[in-house]
Amino acid sequence: MDFPWLTTIAAVPLVGSAAVAALPSAFAPRARHVALGVSLITFVLTVVAALQFDASAGLTGTGFQLTEQHQWIPQFGVSYALGVNGIGLVMVALSTVLVPVCVLAAWNEVQADRAKIFFGLVLVLETMMIGVFVARDVFLFYVLFEAMLIPVYFLIGTFGGAQRRYAAVKFLIYSLVGGLVMLVAVIGLYAAGPGGEHGFLTSNLTGLEFSGVGVERLLFIGFFFAFAVKAPMWPVHTWLPDAAAEAPAGVAVLLVGVLDKVGTFGMLTLCLPLFPEASKWAAPVVLALAVVSVLYGALLAIGQSDLKRLIAYTSISHFGFIVLGIFAMTSTGQTGSTLYMVNHGFSTAALFLVAGMLISRRGSQRIDDYGGLQRSTPLLAAGFLMAGLSSLALPGLSSFISEFLVLVGTFTRYPAVAVLATLGIVLAALYILLTYQKMFTGPAKEYAAGWSDLNAREAWVIAPLIAVIIFLGFYPKPVLDVINPAIERTMQTVGVTDPAPTVAGIETDGGGK
Amino acid sequence: MTLLSLGSGVVQASDELHVASQYQNAMGQIQNNAWLLVALPLLGAAVLLLGGRRTDRWGHWLAVALSWAAFVWGALLFFSLVGLEPEDRSRVVHLFDWVSAGSFKVDAGLLLDPLSVAFVLLVTFVGSLIHVYSVAYMEHDPDRRRFFAYLNLFVAAMLLLVLADSYLLLYVGWEGVGLASYLLIGFWNHNPTYAAAAKKAFIANRVGDVGLSLAIMGMFAAFGSVSFSDVLSSSEGASEGKLTFIGLMLLLGACGKSAQFPLQSWLGDAMAGPTPVSALIHAATMVTAGVYLVVRSGPIFEGAPNAQLCVVIVGAITLVYGAIVGCAKDDIKKALAASTMSQIGYMMLAAGLGPVGAAFAIFHLLTHGFFKAGMFLGAGSVMHGMNDSVDMRRYGRLSGAMKITWATFGLGWLAILGVPPFSGFWSKDKIIEAAFIGEGWRPWVFGSAALLGAGVTAFYMSRLFFMTFQGGSDNKRWPKDAHPHESPLLMTAPMMILAIGSAVLGLALGVSDGLVHWLEPVVGAHGEEEPVLPVAVLMTLTLALVALGVALAWRMYWQAKVPAVAPRGSLLTRAARRDLFQDDLNEALFMRPGQYLTRWLVYVDNRGVDGAVGGLAALVGGLGGRLRRVQTGLVRSYAASMLAGVVILLGGVLAVRI
Repeated sequence: MDFPWLTTIAAVPLVGSAAVAALPSAFAPRARHVALGVSLITFVLTVVAALQFDASAGLTGTGFQLTEQHQWIPQFGVSYALGVNGIGLVMVALSTVLVPVCVLAAWNEVQADRAKIFFGLVLVLETMMIGVFVARDVFLFYVLFEAMLIPVYFLIGTFGGAQRRYAAVKFLIYSLVGGLVMLVAVIGLYAAGPGGEHGFLTSNLTGLEFSGVGVERLLFIGFFFAFAVKAPMWPVHTWLPDAAAEAPAGVAVLLVGVLDKVGTFGMLTLCLPLFPEASKWAAPVVLALAVVSVLYGALLAIGQSDLKRLIAYTSISHFGFIVLGIFAMTSTGQTGSTLYMVNHGFSTAALFLVAGMLISRRGSQRIDDYGGLQRSTPLLAAGFLMAGLSSLALPGLSSFISEFLVLVGTFTRYPAVAVLATLGIVLAALYILLTYQKMFTGPAKEYAAGWSDLNAREAWVIAPLIAVIIFLGFYPKPVLDVINPAIERTMQTVGVTDPAPTVAGIETDGGGK
Repeated sequence: MTLLSLGSGVVQASDELHVASQYQNAMGQIQNNAWLLVALPLLGAAVLLLGGRRTDRWGHWLAVALSWAAFVWGALLFFSLVGLEPEDRSRVVHLFDWVSAGSFKVDAGLLLDPLSVAFVLLVTFVGSLIHVYSVAYMEHDPDRRRFFAYLNLFVAAMLLLVLADSYLLLYVGWEGVGLASYLLIGFWNHNPTYAAAAKKAFIANRVGDVGLSLAIMGMFAAFGSVSFSDVLSSSEGASEGKLTFIGLMLLLGACGKSAQFPLQSWLGDAMAGPTPVSALIHAATMVTAGVYLVVRSGPIFEGAPNAQLCVVIVGAITLVYGAIVGCAKDDIKKALAASTMSQIGYMMLAAGLGPVGAAFAIFHLLTHGFFKAGMFLGAGSVMHGMNDSVDMRRYGRLSGAMKITWATFGLGWLAILGVPPFSGFWSKDKIIEAAFIGEGWRPWVFGSAALLGAGVTAFYMSRLFFMTFQGGSDNKRWPKDAHPHESPLLMTAPMMILAIGSAVLGLALGVSDGLVHWLEPVVGAHGEEEPVLPVAVLMTLTLALVALGVALAWRMYWQAKVPAVAPRGSLLTRAARRDLFQDDLNEALFMRPGQYLTRWLVYVDNRGVDGAVGGLAALVGGLGGRLRRVQTGLVRSYAASMLAGVVILLGGVLAVRI
């Protein structure tokens, strides 16, 4: 048995969380240091584990690497089975990058006496996020999927804004409803599967012969509904703006940047491989919902007066793109969607975190309360603009590549859908630039006269994100190389191939050589 | 003896061979490292932006130096291509594997060919002159460093745009110039109007980007590749419908970037940027990109006659539109902006004509780059001397106060008029001729538009020139505190160089068709088509119309006293002052309905969608209250209810199964 990398990576934050909880109250302000250290160790471990990952081997065996498997509840067919393919790996990497950033961002946001709770919960959340991306057992996945709600509920409900209780409960209810529907489908899937000690292993549930199309479709809907709530898609999206607006900036980043991705991650790695026929059956409806999400989210973002709600709505638009790429059933679209999950994590994190820095200075989330900030705090303005340009998918930044891949992948199969979704790029420019115009341009205002610009800690929060956004815009190869084999395999499992170019007779060996 | 001489001959020959191979090696190195063209100005932008205040003292000179360095490399590149046979003058330099996702693969590479190198020379030379000018123009601006960072970014993005070997990489440069223009138009964004202008430019460009994006998607769907070499070489195999779609989408993109009808409204507002920016946007970068795109995509348009016709129509409409607007503007920069719109319309028209006109589109683009940059810098010099006033009604008779500006501007004026032998004559006349080539109604309509445009251009450019520099002594309409004076050498030197270009560039490139032959490997040779009217007649007509325009302007704006406050004017004048109601139209058609839609959706989202789900939640809450009574705290009863639940679920599943 090899070294259990994934268990280790997932366990370190949990242990760290226990350590934070065990801190004597005299040392409570140290909780943030411990949390930062632990999350950085987790990140380093992830890097080391990622080096063991052989992207080119993605098509052999089960496609999963760094696997571990132990019995858990054999009576019910539940195993403790972990492993990652390229998709899971990049999501784990995203999670472990963002947690230390968020810890650093929350450095002074939490009162010292409550720091233990806050940072402890963040670390628990990290464990669960990692777990959900590496679970190879549907039941384990479900347990973590639901358990994740607990730390988030408390993080929003305890540390959020004025409406935090309402937002937290709303978040919980939505998620629970989705989760319960999924539970039914999980049990149903087990019943449809081979059963036995390993009856919940995804590998044993892939390629099932369902007793009827109806069964497969119902089970698909059960999973998809939960994921659509989580992602969130129109029309089950309304919990997100409340939750994101009330959550502290760092929590909002983890919520929108990582947690919501569990939804799209689930669609891609569970819905499609487990229910290939039903996925193809549902694709037209899902694509329609995705396009509505893209345009609806963007229009709503334009109409927001609250900065954090605005960012939440932009994310609904972006999730629409991700779902679009997944259900267009092309390798380009799905690779684009996976990359989109990563890139969106970085750009939304940057947006939320700069927003958090502004809000902590101004004490208001209302966009109209700002103005003329480029004169007073040029670095914050630059940070916001960079994050915003990434959000509107400016060519040259990482998000452009993923958004374009989604669109081009969709276009090859559903041109009309792609045309509609492409209109989103104009709306994206509007919601970012209008906001920038309102908050940062115009004459310098008095309220900001005494403000400090980006300080060193804040620079350490933002600069790495922007560096990644620029780097992956010009050189996305390291990430794409990891994703490609996993997508290829997904396409095989689903039984779809890319539409061939309509004009035959071209050797396409990549650009002009 | 003979043996010896033979031996030395061999040595000499091998020496020559050695020298030749060394020469070739050096040329190869120049081409292999063409990425430096983009990297040098980009480095400047990075250093200036990241270096912060530390670079305030010398940052602008670094930017100037790097821009010139790019020009030097571009010139070397040009010579490396000149040395080759015409058919070998196209080379792709592979840089790295950029995007590889599923079946979509794009490499980052640079395409070096006569077309791209012509652009490189224009962009780096004119761009560098504008850099030099800006050192003095922006001297007292506290943010001069940032200004130069953006200038460098602009040049880098434009070079990437013209050097890219695929549509996707072109898109990066394409949006890069969009970003740079956004930053520069809004450079003084503490003024809310300027900030709005910057945003407007970006949004209009984004609308165009929808077109470019869809065109690239269409290419990939059709050809499985988005590199120029693959797409353009295999376009013949594609159906006309597909090519028409791609062509029209490319045109939409070009309209956004090149400020062509109906996406032209941003260009006038873009004058909010410091004047050197206007020169850069209008002459060397940005607006020429659309013309480049259409010319580069020639084979696609060749296979899509309808799309081609649309290009010509857009060009014709814009050239007349811009000319009309230009007649009514009293703001010197806005008048020049309208003239750019109109001149780019000429280029678009020519580009849409296919090989007959494409080379002339580029020809006019190059000469226009010189004379328009010269005139914009001249306008900046005038503003510099007139306390930053842009109102031509408060100028007049400035020729004496600023002689260099007057003379250099005058050369630009003669060039844009198309007076022989100045630059514009060589390029614009060819476009008018080309517009008269063809069959049926087209040559008559498009030719007449081009011809008419030349006359109107002569009128409004003379109006501008006379209102600013000429007039009798009663035409000194200067504000009280104005003390017009000549600008420093750092500003006038670039103007003089550009003026020389305005005077002789057309002759240099046009005589013996040098540029046309140079571009032939890329844009194709134009045949022996004759215009529907003899060339001599066309030339005479053009010159007559130009003379008429100048004469009219002379009477109205030189001889007569120009009112210092604009008269009410005719209906057309008032319409032209408002850009022929384009903004009002956009507002009525898109902005206001969009605002209503957004507001309504926000309302619906809070009340409707959320309300429905909220109601459900209340229901669940009520149920929960009742259910609480069931919670007896007895583990036994929990277990029983869980069991019941599982039984029901499993039963449900089994029922479906059966």
